[in-house]
Amino acid sequence: MNIVVLVKQVPDTWSERKLTDADHTLDRESADAVLDEINERAVEEALQLQEAHGGEVTVIAMGPDRATDAIRKALSMGADKAIHVSDEALHGSDVLATAKVLAKAIGTVENVDLVIAGNEATDGRAGAVPAILAELLGLPQVTQLRKVTVEGTTIKGERETDEGVAFLEASLPAVVSVTEKINEPRYPSFKGIMAAKKKPVSTVTVADLGIDASEVGLSGAYTQVLEAAPKPPRSAGQRVEDGGDGGSKIAEFLVGQKLI
Amino acid sequence: MITKDLYERKEFRQLVKDFTRNEIVPHLDEWERQGEVPRELHKKAAELDLLGIGFEHGDLLDSVVLTEEIIQSGGSSGVMAALFTLGIAIPHIWQSGNQDLIERFAKPAIRGEKIGSLAVTEPGAGSDVAGIRTKAVKEGDHYIVNGTKTFITSGCRADFVTTAVRTGEKGHKGISLLVIEDGFTRRKLDKMGWHCSDTAELHFDDVHVPAKNLVGEENQGFALIMRQFQVERITMAVEAYATAQRALDLTVEWTRNRETFGKPLIKNQVVSHKLAEMAQKIDLARTYTREVAARVNRNEECVTEVCFAKNAAVQACGEVVDAAVQLHGGMGYMRESEVERHYRDARILGIGGGASEVMTELAARRLGFA
Ligand SMILES: Cc1cc2nc3c(=O)[nH]c(=O)nc-3n(C[C@H](O)[C@H](O)[C@H](O)COP(=O)(O)OP(=O)(O)OC[C@H]3O[C@@H](n4cnc5c(N)ncnc54)[C@H](O)[C@@H]3O)c2cc1C
Ligand SMILES: Cc1cc2nc3c(=O)[nH]c(=O)nc-3n(C[C@H](O)[C@H](O)[C@H](O)COP(=O)(O)OP(=O)(O)OC[C@H]3O[C@@H](n4cnc5c(N)ncnc54)[C@H](O)[C@@H]3O)c2cc1C
Repeated sequence: MNIVVLVKQVPDTWSERKLTDADHTLDRESADAVLDEINERAVEEALQLQEAHGGEVTVIAMGPDRATDAIRKALSMGADKAIHVSDEALHGSDVLATAKVLAKAIGTVENVDLVIAGNEATDGRAGAVPAILAELLGLPQVTQLRKVTVEGTTIKGERETDEGVAFLEASLPAVVSVTEKINEPRYPSFKGIMAAKKKPVSTVTVADLGIDASEVGLSGAYTQVLEAAPKPPRSAGQRVEDGGDGGSKIAEFLVGQKLI
Repeated sequence: MITKDLYERKEFRQLVKDFTRNEIVPHLDEWERQGEVPRELHKKAAELDLLGIGFEHGDLLDSVVLTEEIIQSGGSSGVMAALFTLGIAIPHIWQSGNQDLIERFAKPAIRGEKIGSLAVTEPGAGSDVAGIRTKAVKEGDHYIVNGTKTFITSGCRADFVTTAVRTGEKGHKGISLLVIEDGFTRRKLDKMGWHCSDTAELHFDDVHVPAKNLVGEENQGFALIMRQFQVERITMAVEAYATAQRALDLTVEWTRNRETFGKPLIKNQVVSHKLAEMAQKIDLARTYTREVAARVNRNEECVTEVCFAKNAAVQACGEVVDAAVQLHGGMGYMRESEVERHYRDARILGIGGGASEVMTELAARRLGFA
């Protein structure tokens, strides 16, 4: 079973994240970049399926040069090869352009049975790419899964929502997205890290994928961010002295905030 | 060049950092109280190939990264001693090329299935390795071993002990290495630091050891032991500056947050300068030690420099952990502060693996001064 895992490099959630002044896109230079944790889980799921069903695991990442670090991490964990879509023109791409590029990149991999993505990236948090991608590829989508199993040419998944658990099924090939409940990702081993250096990574541009540069990036985006302002700092809390009436004072405060 | 080489091991560093933060730090206090690390930890480290580094894969510079990162991410030299005892227990076996011993002892240790110890020191012979008296007499296809070994790291948990025994004449020419699995008694020793690393006295009373457990050739043990000291000593130098770095990191954090006389401690020049001096000592020790490690790794002759590295790093460490406790004030004296542990753990580094005076004497002789 050949699996493609879509991985994204994101700013470490522990570091301070901000938007650039120039074009209000994410300032990727100011923060440590890591392989998105949800993608570590996506890679883990792919590796577990590979262990059970054989085949090859290819990771695809779209991102600037330094996204190679995220790719290496996925290869260190055990993925077989990688495609890195790297192009200045991609800067500022929206979810539609991103899905378009990824769809084309997936098209360069032979006999793909399954595409695994995270449910949403921790930076953009749109959560739309897997669905758009499935549409573009004409494949069934089984998204937001906490559990995945493959039986023959059928993929089964469990989607947990506030209302309950939905049990989903689709025929392969398919696109799935996984949530943070899917598994605990493995550490890459020492040998894995050393082996990753020798694994093939092909770097491609949008032109290589047959996409016109004007369709992607900031200029190709359907929406523009015109202005951005940092969140105002939190103001100091209000202090309530408890003179025996603390409870009712708190209730008053909550009523004032329209919380109760 | 050497530093660059080390920085290229970024991913491995990250792995060790994750491993330490997730698998060691949350449990370390408990292991310190229990007096040992669990076998499970060996298994987990083995799954990530950490125990085979320097043997099956990787080299001394990878071990340097491993040691730095375990300690600087919140582990300790005590964890290093307990988890990586195989680093002193199996190199002789590994290099002897004896497939039987490699299969029975070295590989299971690398897989985290067996724990090994190295027993050289005796109540009557520590620095003077050539003075050991534990006797092994050959009878048929066995050796009969009698004597006592002491201060043996992981000796309580050990499944096998690579033991220095006297098989021949007095002095360094009559020493052999035997792997001993059982038949001896163990006494757990209480000590100042390294609480998570069990340390034992081993008593051998007519212990029968199969002759096939001899490592290398009879009476050639002294050279095997001495050769391995290079790696052990450079590793202890790394433990020393890494411990100092960790203590400094904790102290910087502490002095930023701790206020006395209306301002953060670090805002006092006497404190910020103290921290800068600590950083300077650490950086000098680190740079020199890494350089010497690279030379050892290339098999260059550098016995003197290894002595220098160990002594310099140990001295820097001693000064830094002392200042770290001082700058923590009363909290630095409390078990709940991490620097208190490093202060105790650091004390062994100038005693084990060749005491500082012995290192200086060796250097003096190599330099032709003594
Ligand atoms: C926690 C711990 C773990 C250990 N783990 C192991 C282990 O796993 N395996 C093992 O075999 N051993 C182990 N040791 C033993 C360690 O290697 C010895 O303690 C060390 O070699 C010093 O020997 P000694 O204690 O007999 O001190 P001694 O040799 O008695 O020395 C005492 C002091 O005198 C100084 N001195 C000695 N000779 C001279 C001289 N000629 N000139 C000037 N000064 C001198 C020494 O430097 C030292 O300061 C461990 C020790 C400790 C404390
Ligand atoms: C075992 C033990 C028993 C104790 N018993 C008692 C007791 O019975 N009763 C009691 O009241 N207290 C007791 N103490 C508390 C003790 O008196 C304090 O720990 C001590 O006064 C230091 O205060 P601190 O711990 O708050 O350190 P801090 O005041 O936070 O100082 C931390 C470090 O910063 C340095 N420092 C502080 N201010 C400055 C400055 N302006 N410029 C430069 N350096 C500075 C200090 O020298 C110290 O090294 C005890 C402490 C211990 C450890």
